[in-house]
Amino acid sequence: MKTIKILILFLGLPVWGQQTPASPQQQSILIYNAYIHLGDGNIIENGALGFEDGKITYVGSKLNTLDYASVIDAEGKHLYPGFIATNSSLGLVEVDAVRATRDEDELGDFLPHIRTAIAYDAESKIVESMRPNGVLIAQVAPRGGLISGSSSVMQLDAWNWEDALLKTDEGIHLNWPNPYSRGRWWLGEDPALTNNKNYLPNIKKLKTFFENAKVYDPNQTPKHLPYQSMAGLFEGTKTLYLHAEDEKQIVDGISYFKELGINKIVLVGGNEVLNQIDFIKSHEIPVIASRPHRLPDNEDEDLKGSFKLASELIKEEVLVSIDVSGRMERMYTRNLPFYAGSFAAYGMDKEIALQLITSNAAKILGIDDRLGTLKVGKDATLFLSKGDALDMRTNQIHHAWINGRAISLETHQTELWKRYSKKYSSED
Amino acid sequence: MKRILFFLLFPIYLLNGQDYFPDNTAVKTKELNYQAFTNATIHINPTTVIENATLLVQGGRIVAVGQNINIPKNTRLFDKTGTHIYPSFIELNSNFGIKLEKTSRSGRSAQYQASRDGYYWNDHILSDYNSIEDYTYDKNQAKNLRNVGFGIVNTHRANGIHRGTSVLLALSDMLPNRDRYLESEAAEHFSFKKSTTSNQAYPSSVMGSMALIRQFYHDTKWYEAGNAPHTDLAIEAAIKNKKLPKIFEASDKFNTLRAVKVGNEVGLDFAVVGSGQEYELIDQLKSNNAKLILPINFPKAYDTTDPLMMKKITLTQLRHWNQAPMNPAAVANAGIPFALTTHKMKSTKEFMPNLKKAIAYGLSEQKALEALTTVPAQLLNQQKNLGTLAKGKLANFIVTSGPLFNTNTKLYENWVKGTPHVILEHTINNIDGKYTVQLGEKTLELEIKNSQEKISVTAKLDSVKLKTKSSYKDHWLAINIIDSKKKSHALLNTKIGNSGLKTGQGNDFSGNQIEWTLSKIDSDKETKDQKAPQYYEPLPLKFPNKAYGFSERPQSETLLFKNATVWTNEEEGILEQTDVLIMNGKITAVGADLEADGVRVIDASGKHLTSGIIDEHSHLGASSINEGGHNSSAEVSIEDVLEPDDIGLYRDLAGGVTAIQILHGSANPIGGRSAIIKLKWGETADELLIDDADPFIKFALGENVKQSNWGSYSRFPQTRMGVEQVFVDHFQRAKEYGKTWERYNALPKKIKAKTKVPRYDIEMEVLLEILEGKRFISSHSYVQSEINMLMKVAEKFDFKINTFTHILEGYKVADKMAEHGVGGSTFSDWWAYKNEVKDAIPYNGAIMHNAGVTVAFNSDDAEMSRRLNQEAAKAVKYGGVSEEDAWKFVTLNPAKLLHLDHRMGSIKVGKDADLVLWSDHPLSIYAKAEKTIIEGTIYYDSETVENQLKSIETEKQQIIGQMLIAKALGADTQKAPSGAKREFTCETLD
Repeated sequence: MKTIKILILFLGLPVWGQQTPASPQQQSILIYNAYIHLGDGNIIENGALGFEDGKITYVGSKLNTLDYASVIDAEGKHLYPGFIATNSSLGLVEVDAVRATRDEDELGDFLPHIRTAIAYDAESKIVESMRPNGVLIAQVAPRGGLISGSSSVMQLDAWNWEDALLKTDEGIHLNWPNPYSRGRWWLGEDPALTNNKNYLPNIKKLKTFFENAKVYDPNQTPKHLPYQSMAGLFEGTKTLYLHAEDEKQIVDGISYFKELGINKIVLVGGNEVLNQIDFIKSHEIPVIASRPHRLPDNEDEDLKGSFKLASELIKEEVLVSIDVSGRMERMYTRNLPFYAGSFAAYGMDKEIALQLITSNAAKILGIDDRLGTLKVGKDATLFLSKGDALDMRTNQIHHAWINGRAISLETHQTELWKRYSKKYSSED
Repeated sequence: MKRILFFLLFPIYLLNGQDYFPDNTAVKTKELNYQAFTNATIHINPTTVIENATLLVQGGRIVAVGQNINIPKNTRLFDKTGTHIYPSFIELNSNFGIKLEKTSRSGRSAQYQASRDGYYWNDHILSDYNSIEDYTYDKNQAKNLRNVGFGIVNTHRANGIHRGTSVLLALSDMLPNRDRYLESEAAEHFSFKKSTTSNQAYPSSVMGSMALIRQFYHDTKWYEAGNAPHTDLAIEAAIKNKKLPKIFEASDKFNTLRAVKVGNEVGLDFAVVGSGQEYELIDQLKSNNAKLILPINFPKAYDTTDPLMMKKITLTQLRHWNQAPMNPAAVANAGIPFALTTHKMKSTKEFMPNLKKAIAYGLSEQKALEALTTVPAQLLNQQKNLGTLAKGKLANFIVTSGPLFNTNTKLYENWVKGTPHVILEHTINNIDGKYTVQLGEKTLELEIKNSQEKISVTAKLDSVKLKTKSSYKDHWLAINIIDSKKKSHALLNTKIGNSGLKTGQGNDFSGNQIEWTLSKIDSDKETKDQKAPQYYEPLPLKFPNKAYGFSERPQSETLLFKNATVWTNEEEGILEQTDVLIMNGKITAVGADLEADGVRVIDASGKHLTSGIIDEHSHLGASSINEGGHNSSAEVSIEDVLEPDDIGLYRDLAGGVTAIQILHGSANPIGGRSAIIKLKWGETADELLIDDADPFIKFALGENVKQSNWGSYSRFPQTRMGVEQVFVDHFQRAKEYGKTWERYNALPKKIKAKTKVPRYDIEMEVLLEILEGKRFISSHSYVQSEINMLMKVAEKFDFKINTFTHILEGYKVADKMAEHGVGGSTFSDWWAYKNEVKDAIPYNGAIMHNAGVTVAFNSDDAEMSRRLNQEAAKAVKYGGVSEEDAWKFVTLNPAKLLHLDHRMGSIKVGKDADLVLWSDHPLSIYAKAEKTIIEGTIYYDSETVENQLKSIETEKQQIIGQMLIAKALGADTQKAPSGAKREFTCETLD
């Protein structure tokens, strides 16, 4: 039995240019004296959690240290399940303004066969910057078009995309056509909002595609790749992520897909979802809700409306996680815990806010059998923070594990920090 | 006496009238007969009406007007009994008869040089252009204008910032152009909009246009005094046309005021074509001595049948619909001189109805008439010819059926220079009414409506409605009645005399020729003198006039905060259980158990009180951000384009922000001057500016100024190497410029008088201020090489860079920055959005801070600026800055960087009472600003937000209700609402 102080462990980590993915868990570990956030709304003060071979073996208050090869005294620090980002585009773009590094948006309108998994850059410097903030899991989704492509769920410490995969091609992303359009002011057109003339034609195109995909014969030759990749939607093995902001889109979209017999539908975005809350509830649609850090849609709106969205949905017992898309979305995904904290500030219990980025996200992505809460039998994907991880004042991550692997919390950024801090201190 | 004048005038007229044009079609003739319009009610000017009067006209001019006029023998008489005669209207801002050809954009790179040689350096100054070059008389347009009462039009080509001269002409179809022209170069016209006939990039913004107009008039004066070494035909034209009236087309709420101000600065007495929203800026327009030309294209009610679309219409748009009709009255009541225009009106047919609406909403009829006649005549310096019906003036008048502004009044005729144009043939008899006709055993009922305009007839045979086809022209009436079941028809066809419709010829349904006998059963109802109705009461203005506006401007209060945790930002640090007293806009006491009389006590137990957040880098509250048309635009200023009602300012207040620096964008190495404002929501632009703030200017480095990310390849610089040279070149020239003036000013008087004056250059003046330490640079910067470079350039010219903003690689040269003495205003955790920020790290603030640099966190973003307290907390998370110091990153340090720490940035007796009361620890994600106070005035109070939201909703419903009523009463509707506001960042290209 070894008692390892966290500090020692931390300092002992080697520093490489590119962070090296951690190797599989070798010995069992018990963390004790921790403030455990289970991710299901409950906490255990002064709790202990053990894990072995990447799986959680114990969660409770007992101190059965003898059963574990290695023991960590958390000294009252907070233990969390790894945070899960939904609707991210991590690993698909490195530098926004450099086209050569952009891989999030393929050409074409109907691309269910396009897969983010294989373009995911496991060595992205942006991806590694997630881990020191507790973001350990992400759904990686495509952008653009009507049907943008298929998403996969990745864990954020891997040698390559294949090793990163947690759930492959789990859902298809669809941008419901826009019922409104605006004149292009830069061409001197009236920028006023009008009903989009192409709304119905676009829906018709979309419906034609879906209805053909539904009756597609998988034995046909030659194969039809787009239709083939849609099968899971109708069989109930894939989720349809319906991206829709406007209430008209929300109602039109959900009505249609329900009618078509697609059962697993998740609404993404949904600025106006509260206007149709009864409709959403009656269809039991989970919502990946727009992040709080965005501007109101127009000048009349509640100044803090974006901060209140999640709590309003939770009040209505809707299953909610957080949509990380938007301005600076990839680099900002590391602020996922603070999105949850911002939601908590406006009418929500902190543990419920935590569920937005843990158990709820896991349920929505269909990975709740393995992730999302700290429960015996689930993956040991968790981290220790100095304090409340939803508040940047106290979000100081000391140690994190994915599947029991003790992952590096160093990044390109921490290295530069250390290099230059050292430069100035040695000059003194 | 009168007689003498009459005779004096006469021979002059004959001389002028001598026609030197050969005529090979007939013998030459000359019409010297008079025309007399008798028995009319004549409105000779807006205040004088003569009943039973006569107007005597000869050769297109008025010879006499009044009662007891001596009518010569050779006079044709026009009996105008029952009618009113008014001077016809004058349209000041038209594009009548002028087609504008646009040049297409060629190539993907912008054009930076002027394309004309021998003219001004900017293609959008077209002072040498005369609209007469492209003018052709357009009969249709003329008719449209005449039909609503206009007789004279001042027309120009709407192209460019200086648009050259207009043509003033009479709208007579009968006269040749040579007789239509009153002035071939009537007025000079201006706008802030670039010419569409040139692609020259500068100016790309309203502030650029303002600077260009200023520079052009400096150059004109300098040129006129003979100082220029070259010929400039554009300037020469402007000098030649100096005395012409000036008309400025602004057409936007704030641009109207901007045009007025620029005019005052350069000494041009603009009559400014407004936006219709002048009612919001009345006091400022008045105090700046505005003269206005008002459009009356009032917004139409929105189509309420699409509730989803209606939800997207903002209160601003709804309020404008509600309030716009009172705009002319508001301007008139303020005593601001104004004319009216059909400008921006989709159809001139809307003109009279809208004018009547304006009268219903408070505009006096006298002012309305002045705005169409005497005022435009004055603005054009045409009082001799136009504006009233007085002897010697042009015979331009309209004949109406009654008082001009009554709802049922019709325009019958529009006489232009004595030539008649019939709008409505009123000489035919009115036969409106219900009639019955006995056709055998059956009774036919006829109802005739609108007989003098477009006749309509309904026919019923034994109460069964039948189809009709009717016409009534040249006194001849024809009514066809079709019985489609029986496939037969009856016809009445007859000439109507003075006795009206009593008998007629025609045939019955069986085809027999019959003599019709009609009996009138219901004479047409006497149309009363009605005024247009006021459908609803306009809402009172709010400050600002939109959602979250105040009903009354909030006042500075005496406030006592009890038991707060006070973040002083001073040596005292963070004080628990402390009271703060503010009076007269200042902090007057900080301590325990404070008491004062007549104060409002605010219980702050459990809460935190801090000084207000200051955002060093914002682009809110301005209607343009970048002037990227040149690589240096030091001549422009954000202060010119403030937009004090930007909702972003209020959203910032709700996030605890009290002051911001509105920086020019990063489109060019030398940007524009910034505006430093406090977020005094509801106040005017001038009142937002911090009066004693040092002046600043934005510089920029790197990818944006190289135009790396949007494929433009024709503007120098394209590399960081070039960027340095832009600075060196400009500072070198500014230095030489300063020396030239110094030498000139030092000359002995006599020699000076003989020496050519150096050219006054606004851009160089601003750069000189930097060199003299009177203006300070905040430079957009990313990578270490360029940061270092700019410091070296400054050192070479012996001044210091004040602030590096963005400064994401500041941590790599923090020691050099500390040595230079420059501050760093950075982002907490932005990176990877372009190549030059791939090494940006969130520890940047901490490293620079530790190296002794004054560090601030800024937003450059309308969303992030609402939660800069959270950004400050990231300095704790990334790099372990103490909470007290981290808080200074968004308060005291930006105050220092803006040289405002003598009055802002900390809680200290004597400083401005710019405070925020937080619900929680201000660095916490859970903290909310509860009250935001500027100089003792509570501008944001979270407790009032719920009521504000309710009142927004109530007001919207109220106005939508008014729209439904207006619609039911016959008002037109429009479909789509306008959109959300564009948000600006550094990279917004205008």
